[in-house]
Amino acid sequence: MTAGTTAGRSSGAMSLTRRRTRAAWLFLAPTLAALAAVGLWPLSRTVWLSLTDARLGQTGLARFVGLDNYRLLIGDSEWWNAVWNTLVFAMGSVTIETVLGIVFALVMNARFRGQALVRAAILVPWAIPLVVSGKMWAWMYNDLYGVVNAALIGTGVISAPIAWLADADLAMAAIIATDVWKTTPFMALLILAALQMVPNDVYEAARLDGVSSVRVFFRITLPLIRPVLLVAVIFRTLDALRIFDLVYIMTSNSRQTATMSIFARRELVEFADVGYGSAASVLIFLIVGAVTLVYLRAARLRPDEAIT
Amino acid sequence: MSSSALRAGGLYALALLIVAFALFPFAWAVISSLKTGAAIFDASPIPAEPNLRNYAAIFAEQPFGRTIVNSLIVGAGTVALSLVLGLGAAYALGRVAFRGRALLLMVILAVSMFPQVAVLSGMFELVTTLGLYDTHVALIVSYLIFTLPFTTWVLTTFMRDLPKELEEAALVDGASPWIIITRIFLPLMGPAIASTTLLAFLVAWNEFLFALTFTLTAQARTVPVAIALISGASQYEVPWGPLMAASVTVTLPMIALVLVFQRKIVSGLTAGAVKG
Repeated sequence: MTAGTTAGRSSGAMSLTRRRTRAAWLFLAPTLAALAAVGLWPLSRTVWLSLTDARLGQTGLARFVGLDNYRLLIGDSEWWNAVWNTLVFAMGSVTIETVLGIVFALVMNARFRGQALVRAAILVPWAIPLVVSGKMWAWMYNDLYGVVNAALIGTGVISAPIAWLADADLAMAAIIATDVWKTTPFMALLILAALQMVPNDVYEAARLDGVSSVRVFFRITLPLIRPVLLVAVIFRTLDALRIFDLVYIMTSNSRQTATMSIFARRELVEFADVGYGSAASVLIFLIVGAVTLVYLRAARLRPDEAIT
Repeated sequence: MSSSALRAGGLYALALLIVAFALFPFAWAVISSLKTGAAIFDASPIPAEPNLRNYAAIFAEQPFGRTIVNSLIVGAGTVALSLVLGLGAAYALGRVAFRGRALLLMVILAVSMFPQVAVLSGMFELVTTLGLYDTHVALIVSYLIFTLPFTTWVLTTFMRDLPKELEEAALVDGASPWIIITRIFLPLMGPAIASTTLLAFLVAWNEFLFALTFTLTAQARTVPVAIALISGASQYEVPWGPLMAASVTVTLPMIALVLVFQRKIVSGLTAGAVKG
């Protein structure tokens, strides 16, 4: 790894800056190569395969079919059903997680004894693997023996057990509730970090002026944490649009809850229709990309501002 | 009651509610995992005859120990590879001013935004062509798409803020960049290394879609897939007791890790979103 420096010394004329730039590229090369191999290359293969009739395990025999897969996809009601389900999931989960995240963060930001305990407890759902979370909640939702039905019947809220995950109207809500439990901590921690950067004298001044705490929140706190809130919402939305694990674990391929990723993987792996599944994957990529751009635009953040 | 006492009471009630909400599902999994036989079908919060038979069962009847070892291998491999690659990249991006640096950082970040399913068919083809199907290497390499971007980002941010003088003294002595990274920067980067290690390990330990698609047998299968595959002949025969025991087994170490390192994790998580 000393090629840059020795070459520089022997030529003499080569400036330190140029040597350093060369060394920089040398050190970057493995990472860029790795990302190209596991990111850009597979993505470009997916795009190519989406234009063919490739079958699983025989992608070498694929024939070019132009935009046929996309044409079929646009007329496929199952696909649009998956798009709709994904949107419902994304809007529902991100909205609830943002509101709850703010509430959690405000509570954790207040000074009281046992604050550290709350902060530790809130990390627990975040630490649990998504697959495990899905199974744990599926067990709680179990129609015959689940604790959710037992509690609701015990308190008289419902009179007969509900099959939460099998019910067409309730399955998605049940999955959203699980995601809210799992992901609100992430939101809350991001928002908490932002809250802690609001200088204390701002609040002091407002308190001395006798401004109500609700007004302080909407007029002072919210505008100050807005940039972080926007970034958190963007990240969560992108995550929600790609949701796979939780839905697959809790309701498998059920039509009521199938999301875009579930649809694409089923076509790819279970139906071995790599061409069609790849076309769906490319559309997901485009949708996620478009949503990112729209968000960044709406938030008036330049991409590099959003993450540094 | 004064308004401030009322306020404190409300705050405690809310805090208690949050703690209950966060902990109940896992607590319920622990309780269920201690029930065997017909007790599992009784939603009482205290197991009548608490015992560890479910835990014994998952290790006796299924190659569950093997899956845990697989997950550890994949996690360690992913962490090691991301750190070595990320450190080199972070030196270039954090310490050297060259044209195109900001653009490269954006490209690296953009890779982590790829929907996983968008690279699935291309990655599957790559994995099978290279003969890596059903191996640990397939998972370690494919997980770089998640771990390498944030590892590079966190390490770059950290390295950028180290004092300039450290490096200048070494440069005058004719130290190569590799020596500078490993002898001078690395010992100072404990916190950044710790948080990226943990986050990368968690990602590898939890990942499901690639593990489900690129493995076939207990040879390379990781924990999430093994848990997903625990099922009965019909939905009425799911072995919930052993399933909950398996869930608790793979989750407890993660919870322990996260709680021990909670400060580092929180700072790692928020490093990207909050300025400073």
